[in-house]
Amino acid sequence: MDHLIQLILDGLFVGSFYALVALGYSMVYGIIKLLNFAHGDIYMLGAFAGFTVLSVGAGALGGGFLALIVIMALAMVGTGAFGVVLERVAYRPLRNAPRLSVLITAVGASFALEYGIAVTFGPNPQVYPIGVSGGALGIAGARITYAQLAMMAIAVVLMVALDALVRKTRAGRAMRAISLDPKACLLMGVNVDRVISRTFFLGSALAGAAGVMAGAYYGKIDFLMGFVIGLKAFTAAVIGGIGNLRGAVLGAIVLGLLESFGVAFLGSQWRDVFAFGFLILFLTVRPTGLLGERVTERV
Amino acid sequence: MSTVLDLKGVEVCYGRVEALRGLDLTVGEREIVALLGNNGAGKSTTVSTISGVVRSRAGSITAFGDDITSATPWSIVERGILHVPEGRRIFSRLTVHENLQLGGYTVRDNAVIDKRINEVYELFPRMAERRGQQGGTLSGGEQQMLAIGRAMVAGPRLIMLDEPSMGLAPLVVAQVMEAIVAINQAGASVLLIEQNARAALKVAHRGYVLDSGRVTVTGPADELRADPQVVEAYLGA
Repeated sequence: MDHLIQLILDGLFVGSFYALVALGYSMVYGIIKLLNFAHGDIYMLGAFAGFTVLSVGAGALGGGFLALIVIMALAMVGTGAFGVVLERVAYRPLRNAPRLSVLITAVGASFALEYGIAVTFGPNPQVYPIGVSGGALGIAGARITYAQLAMMAIAVVLMVALDALVRKTRAGRAMRAISLDPKACLLMGVNVDRVISRTFFLGSALAGAAGVMAGAYYGKIDFLMGFVIGLKAFTAAVIGGIGNLRGAVLGAIVLGLLESFGVAFLGSQWRDVFAFGFLILFLTVRPTGLLGERVTERV
Repeated sequence: MSTVLDLKGVEVCYGRVEALRGLDLTVGEREIVALLGNNGAGKSTTVSTISGVVRSRAGSITAFGDDITSATPWSIVERGILHVPEGRRIFSRLTVHENLQLGGYTVRDNAVIDKRINEVYELFPRMAERRGQQGGTLSGGEQQMLAIGRAMVAGPRLIMLDEPSMGLAPLVVAQVMEAIVAINQAGASVLLIEQNARAALKVAHRGYVLDSGRVTVTGPADELRADPQVVEAYLGA
């Protein structure tokens, strides 16, 4: 029983930062129908941005909870801005190009980011100077640290804020409308390019936050850490229904729990096999995901 | 009557295909101008060029005294020039109310948006009944009303409608035409594209007939209704 609760807690924690990455994946897919393979690397960039801030300002920030918030905020601004630049430089010039061209560009952007960081910070893993050790909360024998709880709370706040923005505001309405019919949006006076830029900012900022969370949780970061998480986020987005934001969160939590239980029963070497097995299962059995609706292609 | 829209020698190409070959056209203040012609004559290209979605290769477009030949689509909407596209292009997964709110995207004042949405609900009570329903669930006629309503929320000074009667039952066509007249009487100029020349010339003050990207016949609506060439080609005997 203790074991079970621990598995659920671990699954929820991992799921919460998968969700942050999956949201950006799903938002970008929703708005420009691009599988942004560089999205996982934005998450990696967030981890390194946090690492840089910590290395430079460790003394001033201390190692507490407040430091984590400041670092996350700075990493989010950094990765958000980077996402905007990436879209402007790599994707916008291809707006009317075949989708495959943009997809290949995204893979190229992914490699450029990974090896750019490898050149800058070196290929070896870096030890994250802030961790999630320290005080922990015991729930019926299971254990979760306060820092983990805090990070989950931040993730939940970010997700709720994003959901409200997309559902209730003028900007969110424009995002949803662009995902349905970008040309009609032009006729409503929507500056489509600007809305797409904002979408990249938001999605990349969430990935940046997740990068800092992952750095603090796993304790070390490296230039390839975004590769697998990018695929996991894609899996989560597919499980939930790609393009559907609540679906992305649901898919991420489901994936986090599946992994947590899969690892417990099969061993950690099976973690990724298990996750991607589910991707294949969903693509075969229910390609529209848990919350996705069947979309008929317009002619 | 002052001119609100003035096209001079507008040329548009799609690759090698010349869609407009030196088009001259004007719309006066509070005027309803019909743009008639067969499929492929260049009617839709004309409005898409005015709304900035399609770029012209030569010629100039002036609206309300400003040159808008190379203005962005959103800055053209901000000037009060609205394009209700062919096929309505309702946002199918947004509610009727959200579709209307999006129509007011360039209007910063929420109170103004709400007031105009209420005006749309008065003009089309059906929209008020269906305000919480997704756009995609509406019938063709309702979608056309929503598309016109969406443009109204932006506060149009010039509204351009591309085939608003297409695929609609005669009774619904009459309703749509009534709405167009109401919008015109409220102060907006109208450029009305129609294959249904009879319905269009009934409400229009003036008309143009387009063929292969050029104006072939133009004049007041009553003259066009009597023009043997127009009668034969577009009105039937």
